[in-house]
Amino acid sequence: MKNIKVNFVLNGRKVKISVPPSLTLLRLLREHLGLTGTKIGCEEGECGACTVIIDGRAVNSCLVLAPQVEGKQVETIEGLSQDNRLHPLQEAFIEEAASQCGFCIPGMIMSTKALLDRNPTPKRDEIARSVSGNLCRCTGYIKIIKAVESAAGKMRS
Amino acid sequence: MKFQYIRARDFDHAIETLAEDHERLKILAGGTDLLVMVRQNKEAPRSVLDITPLNELKAIEIKGEEVEMGALVTHTQVCEFPLLTEQTVALVQACREVGSPQIQNRGTLGGNLANASPAADTIPPLYVFQAVLTLGSRQGERKIKVEDFCTEVKRSVLRPDEMILRISFPLPSKGSFSFFKKLGQRKAMNISKVSIAACLEFDGDTIGSIRVALGAVGPTVIRAVETESYLQGKTLSEDAIEAVAGIIRRESRAISDIRSTADYRNAMTGVLLAAGLREAMTSRQN
Repeated sequence: MKNIKVNFVLNGRKVKISVPPSLTLLRLLREHLGLTGTKIGCEEGECGACTVIIDGRAVNSCLVLAPQVEGKQVETIEGLSQDNRLHPLQEAFIEEAASQCGFCIPGMIMSTKALLDRNPTPKRDEIARSVSGNLCRCTGYIKIIKAVESAAGKMRS
Repeated sequence: MKFQYIRARDFDHAIETLAEDHERLKILAGGTDLLVMVRQNKEAPRSVLDITPLNELKAIEIKGEEVEMGALVTHTQVCEFPLLTEQTVALVQACREVGSPQIQNRGTLGGNLANASPAADTIPPLYVFQAVLTLGSRQGERKIKVEDFCTEVKRSVLRPDEMILRISFPLPSKGSFSFFKKLGQRKAMNISKVSIAACLEFDGDTIGSIRVALGAVGPTVIRAVETESYLQGKTLSEDAIEAVAGIIRRESRAISDIRSTADYRNAMTGVLLAAGLREAMTSRQN
């Protein structure tokens, strides 16, 4: 199968790469670009561990083909910290001890970042809805929701 | 997963590709169903045609009294379109129940239709809003009622050289009431055991017109015509709701499968209809 050329912006930097046609964005990030913060869970859109942001929207990167990000803006967990400073969401997840085993957390943070970018003052049920496609099997949703509320407050002030 | 990838350069390129090269070709829109099927070896396309670059299929437009949506409109787009959130509540409620926010951001109305699942969330609302689909191929366009589109489980009248272009329906009036309800194992990421959509137009205190559609109780979404004719011309009351809940239970012809049993599904059609009608009654009193 012929490789496909794809140009896109990843965490603010231009990427130009040639990819196998059936490669998913998830595998492109992890196996070709070395960004392993985005996790492989179910690989069929059920668990949300692979959530990234494309053009401002949270999506499952396992259900996007790499050639489909042509011309798109892609954000991953690696793009959140600026000048070695963590994003307020990342800080809040630490402060609230929202991470247990941690496997789902990059996806949780990307889903909630997409929410806060669009809605700086989300209600509790809007936060819960934003992570309804992200499974946490340590059952830590309460602290995750608290962390998002706390981050939203800090980002406003 | 091994297949060729064809990126649609423009609309004509997509239509030509479908006409010339549709053998074992799958159209890729949101990918939220196709890529899962491929991964589970339930589909093995030789090539996929990515139509997501076709911006002309991504708009929601109100043309006079008609809603027109491109096939690539996402579930999220529907939920964020103000007029639809007011006057096509059933469709918005259904779009909010699809999969998860990530799936709603990616999945498209055209894709939900093309898969032709009887459990598809957006199809019952499109039935009750009397949607018409425009299909396109090199031969030109043809229109088909949504009720005539799906023929059996996962089968539709869409030819291999065709694609869905647009979905349109008359905008329900401001005084109309519509709802969508579904039951599943849990709230998110969940395929319906049974779903229902209804749209009511009132004539004074009585129901001027009502359309009811049931999902996941047959090989395709079905209209509940006996239920509709019972309610036509009636005033909503607790007695009428009790009676019609019994009618829809008998009208439903569900089967038992991995997700639920026939008895449970049939019984729940009555519960869901009653819940929706009670909401309609409350909204009329306010």
